[in-house]
Amino acid sequence: MTDSLPSSEAKQARASEAADRAFRWLTAAMALAVLVILGATGFSMFWGGRLAFQTFGLHFIVSTDWDAVSHQFGALIPIYGTLVTAAISLIIGVPASFGIAFTLTETAPRWLRQPLSVAVELLASIPSIIYGMWGLFVFAPFMAADIEPWLNDHLANAPVLSTLFTGPPIGIGMLTAGIILGIMIIPFISSVMWTVFNAVPPQLKESAIALGATRSEVMMKVTLPYTRNAVVGAIFLGLGRALGETMAVTFVLGNAHEFAKSLLMPGNSIAAVIANEFTEADSPIYTSSLIALGFLLFVVTFIVLAIARLFLYRLGRIEGARP
Amino acid sequence: MSLLDAEAPERPLNHIASLDPARVKLAVDSLDFYYGKTHALKGVSMGFEARAVTALIGPSGCGKSTLLRTLNRMYSLYPGQRATGRIMLGDENLLAPGLDLSKLRARIGMVFQKPTPFPMSIFDNVAFGVRLYESLNRADLDARVEESLRRAAIWDEVKDKLKTSALSLSGGQQQRLCVARCIAVRPEILLLDEPTSALDPISSAKLEETIAQLKADYTIIIVTHNMGQAARVSKHTAFMYLGELVEFGETESLFTRPVTRRASDYITGRFG
Repeated sequence: MTDSLPSSEAKQARASEAADRAFRWLTAAMALAVLVILGATGFSMFWGGRLAFQTFGLHFIVSTDWDAVSHQFGALIPIYGTLVTAAISLIIGVPASFGIAFTLTETAPRWLRQPLSVAVELLASIPSIIYGMWGLFVFAPFMAADIEPWLNDHLANAPVLSTLFTGPPIGIGMLTAGIILGIMIIPFISSVMWTVFNAVPPQLKESAIALGATRSEVMMKVTLPYTRNAVVGAIFLGLGRALGETMAVTFVLGNAHEFAKSLLMPGNSIAAVIANEFTEADSPIYTSSLIALGFLLFVVTFIVLAIARLFLYRLGRIEGARP
Repeated sequence: MSLLDAEAPERPLNHIASLDPARVKLAVDSLDFYYGKTHALKGVSMGFEARAVTALIGPSGCGKSTLLRTLNRMYSLYPGQRATGRIMLGDENLLAPGLDLSKLRARIGMVFQKPTPFPMSIFDNVAFGVRLYESLNRADLDARVEESLRRAAIWDEVKDKLKTSALSLSGGQQQRLCVARCIAVRPEILLLDEPTSALDPISSAKLEETIAQLKADYTIIIVTHNMGQAARVSKHTAFMYLGELVEFGETESLFTRPVTRRASDYITGRFG
């Protein structure tokens, strides 16, 4: 009895050790799979687009040509459209999301918090095709009839703004697409902001309140610095979505391959070009150019995320906020 | 004074009369407090002597932290929490509607159970409250920060790394930093809510020394679960139980000759 006891215990220990090892290997394999899939996706897109890269070289990235008939393809217009619409979406989406998150965590009465947060989450669950349809049939006509004529009337003489915000009031275009993207990314950004604002230790906020800070001072000087990494992460989550969003943008962007300084003019984005033209790609170089565009979107997203990391790193070093 | 009028004869153990009215800095008069429907403080009346330490003791849930949180109106942050009665600071009722809470909190500072350094440099932590009220020039601000850190007995430990993150300090240092941050605003009253409960014994001892130095200039009210600490640092002690002030008096007499059975049982460790 006394002899068998330690040995059965030892056996049990060995068994759980083996289980632990298996668990670690299994989870490590999953983590590695992410890297493998990411690398394979990038490589296969690069491989699919190699014909375009071979044919046009670097010219592919800086050329504004997009001529299916004469087989001349350049990615600058879609890249530009992608970045511009994403930038507009952030300009609209980030402040709105911050306002929502601040209200939900700090000022909204308790009975309003639940409905408000559910409403924001419902925004996220609307399929993008619905946003696109709504954009085309409801929002674009509204832009054409009300907003864009107003912009034309009031900004005609303003420097810089007149270049960006005047033009033919046709409703569809980069501004419209950017605004719809902005609405679409609000739930993603605001729900993360709201969650991390709520996760700030109450005693930390109370400490600032106890020093006489107002709620907005607490938010700007304590909560935001405390949650900075997560907030920047949330913004880039939204940005990532805005860069890659396809259906909603395709409807309202106008599918135009001409360069336009005015945001009221139709443009194109990488995702929209691919969605619009994949079925029409009738030659290997056309198909390859579209896949090469996909690869470029991959690269653009990667660069944006890298910049975000660098930005956070710099910020962290300057403020010394995190040990 | 209103304080004395409120001294109800059926509550003789409050011992408010034992305080010299001229030395009372803060007077609580018939204070009731509610968390929603929960009646957390029941008719508390007591005085806090100026430039002395008053300890609030009692078992968990007795209302001592609640009392502390009414004194700087911290509860006002939360809907459903309300207080009735009066808290007189000079001739101002802190419970009066329309009171400027920011100004109030500049007069009454608070240090919490756990250290709560802000995610910024040591210097900016101490300057945080100062910058809310005053626009000092660089030299004056530097001087204020140094003075506050010295008074909180942490200057020597941080003077060479004022620009580094406050989060890099140890727990005890962080807590003394919070004291420095608090006194940098030059309050009249310091509220300490179990300030050593998250600290090791050595850090606790250092913080107690800091309190001993500060009491010459501040009216200090400390909530503590540590009987020894209450005995060491305070001049007066209030024993609370189930939302009521059961016994109040000079710390020495309360600890050696408690009048009430409850206080006696608590102090001798029979319950709590």
